[in-house]
Amino acid sequence: MSGVPIGIVRFPGTNCDQDVFDAVAAIDGALPVWLWHKETALGGVRGIVLAGGFAYGDYLRAGAIARFSPIMERVIAFARSGGPVLGICNGFQILTEAGLLPGALMRNAGLSFVCREQWLRVDSTDTPFTRHFRPRQLVRFPVAHGEGNYVADDETLDLLEGEGRVVFRYVDEAGEATPLANPNGSARNIAGIADERGNVVGLMPHPDRAMSLLVGSEDGREVFRGLLEAAA
Amino acid sequence: MTARVEVFVQLKDGMLDPQGKTLEHALEALGYSGVENVRVGKWITFAVEGGCREEIAGRVDEMCRRLLANTVIERFTYKLLEDGE
Repeated sequence: MSGVPIGIVRFPGTNCDQDVFDAVAAIDGALPVWLWHKETALGGVRGIVLAGGFAYGDYLRAGAIARFSPIMERVIAFARSGGPVLGICNGFQILTEAGLLPGALMRNAGLSFVCREQWLRVDSTDTPFTRHFRPRQLVRFPVAHGEGNYVADDETLDLLEGEGRVVFRYVDEAGEATPLANPNGSARNIAGIADERGNVVGLMPHPDRAMSLLVGSEDGREVFRGLLEAAA
Repeated sequence: MTARVEVFVQLKDGMLDPQGKTLEHALEALGYSGVENVRVGKWITFAVEGGCREEIAGRVDEMCRRLLANTVIERFTYKLLEDGE
């Protein structure tokens, strides 16, 4: 096997690791590599994905314990040096707990776990993961989470919007960010955000589950293609 | 000295607490009228050793900020109880 090594972090309780592995493997030129949470080196990977699941059983708060795993120190350093890091679902929660992305993810406003196909609008194409989309393109990724309600203070939300760091928004089929299209009560329908430089992105929906028309959408492929290009 | 510590973590005022809201409705359904503003929080207890009260308080405060509470959405208070209290 050869290709650009992309690390997939596994914590106890991660459960979308194989989906992400397959998603990365589906992109020509990318080589998925496991990273166990106890490792203290990244083994030369050029990009990192934090997959979904329930790391450490979501004890205390989703992502709160995972954030202090040995590997996270390396992930944080990698992110700060400009390396591409993608956090999906629980991975997004871990990135906020680690302070790599602002805000927090709270229990869904409706209290229930939501699992459904979701329309998203790409509001920033200025990240490695979204550069293959058109501005404001509508894409379809599934959502599956109980704690995806994105919150931050108004100042932070204004800053994110002002700097074009809201990457994905929950929308209806017409591309409108309505309350009805919002599955979890997230502030301003925010589904995904980027850090200042754009190399760190977290989102609640699952591009890793949108890799084939057989399951309803292959829009996720572009996310992983972008990741590979940024890593190469 | 050894102190027993009680940490209380709660969502900040103004943060929607859907769990609390649901409990409020359930209490209402049970016939308890006039119940308002139900909030669900966490109560964490542990024992900790340290030199003096101030030093322990400093460490507990740091523990709360770094791990036990997420200060983006939560606030915390704590009590130190000396043995025998």
